Amino acid sequence: MPDKPRLHPDSVDDTLKLLSAADYVAGRPLSTALFLALRMGRPLLLEGEAGVGKTEIAKVLAQTLDRRLIRLQCYEGLDIASAVYEWNYSRQMIEIRLAEAAGNESRQALENDIFSQRFLIRRPLLQALEPSDAPPVLLIDELDRSDEPFEAYLLEVLADFQVTIPEIGTIRAERPPIVIITSNRTREIHDAVKRRCLYHWIDYPGSAEELEIVRRKAPRAQQALAQQVVAFVQKLRAMDLFKLPGIAETIDWANAMVELNCQSLDPETVNDTLGALLKYQDDVARVRGDEASRILAEIRKELPLNH
Amino acid sequence: MSPAAMSPGGYLSENVVHFARALRRAGVPVGPDRVIDALRALALTGVARRDDFYWTLATLFLNRREQFEVFDQAFGLFWRRRELLDQIRPGLQDIAAADDETLPGQRVAEALGLTREAALLKEATPDETGSAASHHEQLRQKDFDTMSSAELAEAKKMIASLRLPIAQIPTRRLRPSAHGRLIDMRATLRASMRGNLDVIPLARRSLRKRHPPLVVLCDISGSMSRYSRMFLHFMHAITNDRDRVHTFVFATRLSNITRYLRHRDVDMALGDVAQAVSDWSGGTRIGATISEFNLRWSRRVLGQNAVVMLITDGLDREGGAQLNDSMERLRKSCRRLIWLNPLLRFDGFEPLATGVRIMLEHVDDFLPAHNIDSLAGLANVLAKPHQAPFRSAA
Repeated sequence: MPDKPRLHPDSVDDTLKLLSAADYVAGRPLSTALFLALRMGRPLLLEGEAGVGKTEIAKVLAQTLDRRLIRLQCYEGLDIASAVYEWNYSRQMIEIRLAEAAGNESRQALENDIFSQRFLIRRPLLQALEPSDAPPVLLIDELDRSDEPFEAYLLEVLADFQVTIPEIGTIRAERPPIVIITSNRTREIHDAVKRRCLYHWIDYPGSAEELEIVRRKAPRAQQALAQQVVAFVQKLRAMDLFKLPGIAETIDWANAMVELNCQSLDPETVNDTLGALLKYQDDVARVRGDEASRILAEIRKELPLNH
Repeated sequence: MSPAAMSPGGYLSENVVHFARALRRAGVPVGPDRVIDALRALALTGVARRDDFYWTLATLFLNRREQFEVFDQAFGLFWRRRELLDQIRPGLQDIAAADDETLPGQRVAEALGLTREAALLKEATPDETGSAASHHEQLRQKDFDTMSSAELAEAKKMIASLRLPIAQIPTRRLRPSAHGRLIDMRATLRASMRGNLDVIPLARRSLRKRHPPLVVLCDISGSMSRYSRMFLHFMHAITNDRDRVHTFVFATRLSNITRYLRHRDVDMALGDVAQAVSDWSGGTRIGATISEFNLRWSRRVLGQNAVVMLITDGLDREGGAQLNDSMERLRKSCRRLIWLNPLLRFDGFEPLATGVRIMLEHVDDFLPAHNIDSLAGLANVLAKPHQAPFRSAA
């Protein structure tokens, strides 16, 4: 849409630049998916392991496109009352009492009155459909945590960007929000939801990409340290661990090293700080000690150092 | 690329349609709506860069991570030569027939009509029955036709009628209920509009209850071979009885057979399973397969308070520490771990084998499962909402 210049990026390259400007290092695959979602006005379903930056992308979008971010965190039992709208019952009760005291209002008028927009409490999904200058970014986070009834409800919202409130009628977005849905895949999202979305699986980044991420997100880490941290994490990801460290963990770890005034990795510090990287005791026990030393030795050989 | 190529009926459009068809044959369900979307999307991204072209099609055609492998291979084969993008002729035979440098995945190759040899692989190797825990995985297809018709009829009749009343658990959803603990304000206010405003009758609601998800892990190794057929019928019955059931079989490796068992017709379903699973009557590696389950599947199927039913005789070829660790992890990841053991039919059964002793430490229920009666009898035990964990010392 050329008449509104900052509404969408114009090409895949433009999308890359946009993300990069907000310090989000994305590969071309993700940029392509995002570009298409924005241009085609379709929700984008992002799946991937925990800590690869799925939620972050929505925040970055809101920030760079200067939109409001509306976040809906899913959980089991999430219902319409907390996701879409609820009636303000106490105000309704007071209204009924007042009408009663005045004693002049007809029953029908009262009913129309207390089930009007005035008494409606808007929850995230409804907020996202409200008219505004620039449609907001709607982040539906960890959809896999919700249950099937909620997914079924989402179908109407995602397909037509509208919700139906029995007492009022159908509320429809003038301009659809940008919808980002994330899933950690603790269960499979229903195909009907998937069909309405564009899909992208975010993988762990390669070494170069991850190094760039650490450089931007943990700027206090020296180049040599950052290289070692990334190399170590990359080696861990090749192991058969229960939970592989995500990018968030890499950044945490790099920052931890900076706080400890470490210039380069040594076995002792690695053992002491593994908790920043690995979150299962089995995994920590496997890596701590010999395994960590072995990986460190490998890294020393591979990296053209810098000591 | 000329605009004519992008227009409906242009040669690019036509080839995208062909490509979608090839993907469909390779098992990636690409609907016509997606093809239309893909053509719209290509008009946006353009086809100047091969990687943009690749990822545009990937974004539109895929909706599961597993499909990437197939897509990648199919893409490589179909759009192999750069110049083909420009001067491609309709029809994929020309490309498919082009000489081949790598060995492509079998499914993709078949879908693209590259090889007829795949059929040969399906030929069964000579039958060598039953030695428990053989060291070589017996890559052969189990023939369900050998099941006697009397046996089949009986199994069908009795197992198909089995219900498994695992105790329902309360969800966080509410339903209207006359004597519920919670007040439904919305219904109350609506009702008040209908009646006398002086007295507002309270509408109530309570927590909705629901079956927890059920995950079945069934041993089909050599030592279990006499039972696995029966258990497959059993698993088919419970898979179709309710939603949220996931079924796996294992001997030396783990296979997810949920999709096959969803088929209503039990014969078709078991036929598909026989095709899909390759380690029938092989050795048993319980520790390794449960580790694999923990690693690859537990986070995807054990959410929302799943109950796990493990069907095995516990005779592990390897045993040892891995079995202990993986059983402990499994126990910690699910709501309730039930072990069905056909060997328990012997009155004097004592947990002597190391594997059995290790596993007993970590299960909540330990029950026999050697005939239809015992399967039906499970109902009584499982219907009880809570039970003290089984301890081998008891």
